[in-house]
Amino acid sequence: MSLQSVLAPYRDRGIAQKLVEKIKEEAKTLDGEIRIMHVCGTHEDTITRSGIRSLLPENVKVVSGPGCPVCITPVEDIVAMQLIMKKAREEGEEIILTTFGDMYKIPTPMGSFADLKSEGYDVRVVYSIYDAYKMAKENPDKIVVHFSPGFETTTAPTAGMLNAVVNEGIENFKIYSVHRLTPQGIEVLIKQKSRIDALIDAGHVSTIIGVRGWEFLSEKYGIPQVIAGFEPNDVLLAILLLIRMYKEGDARVVNEYKRAVKYEGNVVAQRLIDKFFEVKDAKWRALGVLPGTGLEVRKEWKELEIRNFYHVEVPKNLPDLEKGCLCGAVLRGLAMPTDCPHFGKTCTPRHPIGPCMVSYEGTCHIFYKYGALF
Amino acid sequence: MCLATVAKVLEVNREKGTAWVDFGGVKREARIDLMPDVEPGEYVLIHTGFIIERVDEETAKEILSAWDEVFKLEKDAIGGYYYPGD
Repeated sequence: MSLQSVLAPYRDRGIAQKLVEKIKEEAKTLDGEIRIMHVCGTHEDTITRSGIRSLLPENVKVVSGPGCPVCITPVEDIVAMQLIMKKAREEGEEIILTTFGDMYKIPTPMGSFADLKSEGYDVRVVYSIYDAYKMAKENPDKIVVHFSPGFETTTAPTAGMLNAVVNEGIENFKIYSVHRLTPQGIEVLIKQKSRIDALIDAGHVSTIIGVRGWEFLSEKYGIPQVIAGFEPNDVLLAILLLIRMYKEGDARVVNEYKRAVKYEGNVVAQRLIDKFFEVKDAKWRALGVLPGTGLEVRKEWKELEIRNFYHVEVPKNLPDLEKGCLCGAVLRGLAMPTDCPHFGKTCTPRHPIGPCMVSYEGTCHIFYKYGALF
Repeated sequence: MCLATVAKVLEVNREKGTAWVDFGGVKREARIDLMPDVEPGEYVLIHTGFIIERVDEETAKEILSAWDEVFKLEKDAIGGYYYPGD
């Protein structure tokens, strides 16, 4: 049996219709409305591409949270990395900067990494941190720095690569860590009174942290959660289960994505992350400093972090967003892209104003791509 | 960013820390640092060139049977979502 045949029912239209009927039935006896937040750009893609919001009753709202790591990467860090490149050149050192395709284009008041490349600096887009590692081996006379954003799913490969770098004694490979923690970020939003009645947990973050990585949110705040896969019926089933759990006051984590997520998660990955990173307070673009949500390279591995080699002065009071851009409210689940005066007019994927329109995981980008004005 | 794609493991090179994997016809090298005991023939999830987890066909079927419970209906009534090849 092929895996595709196992996945087919998760895309089946008949099953989807049955699930929608069940959701409508359950929603009739809801006291008011339920706000379900998801925290993953890939879930937003599934929801928008499949038109799921248009199928739901009015009192079932699905909002997107800060599920786009590139969108929340601070302006100050992108600018600092640019200044490090310039300072290195002044000192006669050449850095090859690598990062992911959507990070490359993120705008700041002082330009993007793409702009830096147009100024003659060596900036390269990579699919994987492994590509950056290979570049370091091929260019022993240069320093390769991987500007490294991402939630747990992406932090794990970074930690895996750092482990190989240490084991092999490669000295010209560094990172600039802007990694963030997903459940801890959501916890801060809850504390800041974002209204979240239920959560669809990110499936691939969960492969790393496991079911247990989310449990504290249910225990402390009474929020029901479902870890969901990325097919349309995965998401519909998650919504149905969450409505039921919410009505019954059943605050726990249900794992719908059992085909890839274990209770304990990927323990090898967790150990590697813990080996190289420690938790610190960290800024999220447009959301401010969220305590205990960032990952910094541990002091004992300080030679792996480029910030420990170059100290640069980042201009103070750089604005996070252009005037009128609602990316911050979109990331908190308080606004939809269509509420923004720039959306689809002055802000498009060709000419993005804010980070939510740049990344393929940004809610604005996804809405624009699928023409989703549902 | 957290997109992951399913692939089948073809060959494993533990010394190098990599595997050759097949994304439905496209073959690529992937790192095995996060799943060092992976074996050829297994289906895995790949994120940014790293194997992050196995995909388990058996539990994929388990959750489908959980749907029966959700619907409280006979299988036939919801379009017979069986597993071709069973």
